Amino acid sequence: MKSYVIQRLFSTLIVMAMVGVFVFLLLHLSPGDPAAIIAGDNATSEQIDGIRQKLGLDDPLPVQFLRWVSHVVQGDLGISIFSNEPVLKLVGQRLEPTISLALTTLLVAVVIAVTFGVIAAWKAGTLIDRLLMVISVVGFSVPVFVVGYILIYVFAIWLRWLPVQGYTPIAEGLWPWMRNLILPATALGLAYVALIARITRATMLEVLEEDYIRTAVAKGVSNRTMLLKHALRNAGVPIVTIIGIGVALLISGVVITETVFNIPGVGRLVVDAIAKRDYPIIQGVILIFSGVYVIINLIVDLTYMLLDPRIRYK
Amino acid sequence: MSDGVLDPAMPEARRSRWLTFVRRNPTLVAGCVILGFMAIIALIAPWISGDPLLMQPIERLKPPSDRFLFGTDNLGRDVFARTAYGARVSLLVGLVVAVLSVGIGLVIGLLSGYFRRVDAIVSRMLDGLMAIPAILLAIALVSLTKGGVSIVILAITIPEIPRVVRLVRGVVLTTREEPFVEAAIATGTRVPLLLIRHILPSTLPPLIVQASYICASAILIEASLSFLGAGIPPEIPTWGNMIAGSRLFLGRAPWTIFCPGLALALVVLAVNLVGDGLRDRLDPKLQKKMR
Repeated sequence: MKSYVIQRLFSTLIVMAMVGVFVFLLLHLSPGDPAAIIAGDNATSEQIDGIRQKLGLDDPLPVQFLRWVSHVVQGDLGISIFSNEPVLKLVGQRLEPTISLALTTLLVAVVIAVTFGVIAAWKAGTLIDRLLMVISVVGFSVPVFVVGYILIYVFAIWLRWLPVQGYTPIAEGLWPWMRNLILPATALGLAYVALIARITRATMLEVLEEDYIRTAVAKGVSNRTMLLKHALRNAGVPIVTIIGIGVALLISGVVITETVFNIPGVGRLVVDAIAKRDYPIIQGVILIFSGVYVIINLIVDLTYMLLDPRIRYK
Repeated sequence: MSDGVLDPAMPEARRSRWLTFVRRNPTLVAGCVILGFMAIIALIAPWISGDPLLMQPIERLKPPSDRFLFGTDNLGRDVFARTAYGARVSLLVGLVVAVLSVGIGLVIGLLSGYFRRVDAIVSRMLDGLMAIPAILLAIALVSLTKGGVSIVILAITIPEIPRVVRLVRGVVLTTREEPFVEAAIATGTRVPLLLIRHILPSTLPPLIVQASYICASAILIEASLSFLGAGIPPEIPTWGNMIAGSRLFLGRAPWTIFCPGLALALVVLAVNLVGDGLRDRLDPKLQKKMR
């Protein structure tokens, strides 16, 4: 078990190193002079030189890479070209809305999706099953921003139940905070619900065929216990895997959702940086989001051991 | 299509074969019908719609009517014309990204599945590439260049390649242990021929399914990038650009957002349905279960 954990930690480090190489190379593999592109079309040659100096683009590539890595390892993600503030600080200021949105979505989506998937598998072939699966195919196909605008139109503009957009910090009260999160979390969660519900249904269908389920039913276990204790726990590994993989979906979705609902989070920071060609911000946020994704998947892999004791002894 | 099926002039045997096919593959047929319809609209856009770029300030924010089927946007441009032309970009991007990423991924996957040493390096690199969220990677690639359709296609293709490589690699790893491959090696088949003639065919069914899912995801990502302002330049009408441009007019002119939005959802849904339908047909394990 210990060797499994160490092995996983080691491969996580390698993946992070590869992410670092890619993120670093992005700037240098692109055609043309990166300093000129970042400076924009109307830049003077002094401005371009200034940016080149600021980013240290004159040094040989390996030197630049080592310098960049040593900064990143110390938590220095560079300085924003536009606002001259450290990228890490800018990200830190925007963290609360993004974490609020991501965690709310994750929690609600997993609960709804697993419930849907279990019910669909249990009632396989019935109208409820068909309906839930149609919802999941459709949910997976409608883009986050289209869902977002439909929700805004119906619930904010037409019915006037919820605010159109914006964000209220949690310090100003739980309800104002939640009011602003309901629509974005629903929009963002739809595709995620669809993804998890489909896998849950498929795995549960397989597990429900197993002999021990028949035994459990035969000995008179209630449906609820049978589904939740006997079946769902044995369907755990693929479901948890897809929750981990789906985090990528969630991260990309956060960037779009924050734009639709005008939430001042990390995603908004990147989108604003695109227009200003503030490359250090884009680079820093990619690195942070990729790191989050890798760490979540490490945690997912380690929870397998709790769900499936067989993995411990491999 | 349903007219053709029910056409009384059709010979009895052919008609029933058609009906059986439709009944056995409802998702595949539904997906193909919607997709075919959209493709036709995209192809004949210049003949059925007006100029998508023409601005008529007098006609701004007009609701859908006989003259403007989908209404007009805040600059007085015909939303139907723009939606029809937008279909061209979406379908083009989806198709090209699917072909490119499957082609490149197939070659890398075959090589890395067969040669252990290549595999060690390639797998690590792809693990790293897969850890970067696709939209962010594409944003970075696009924001470093002047933009344009080909850059967007490239930026969407690169993050999709690892998925194909993983799939192909997995199939190669199991296929190379099969007796017929061992037999081919024993009779002295050279590696390139072995890979192409004996191993490649077993990768094709899952690849075709994967290609349709990649196509759907490429269309979604292109629209998302254009929506975020990191995609196709705003002067070209695409569904993402249209929605981004009309964002402030949701309350006054919802048609400017919902028409391209529904077209986008419909196309992605159709491509996903085709993928699901193909998967059900091509996966023998699933087929047994369905009966």
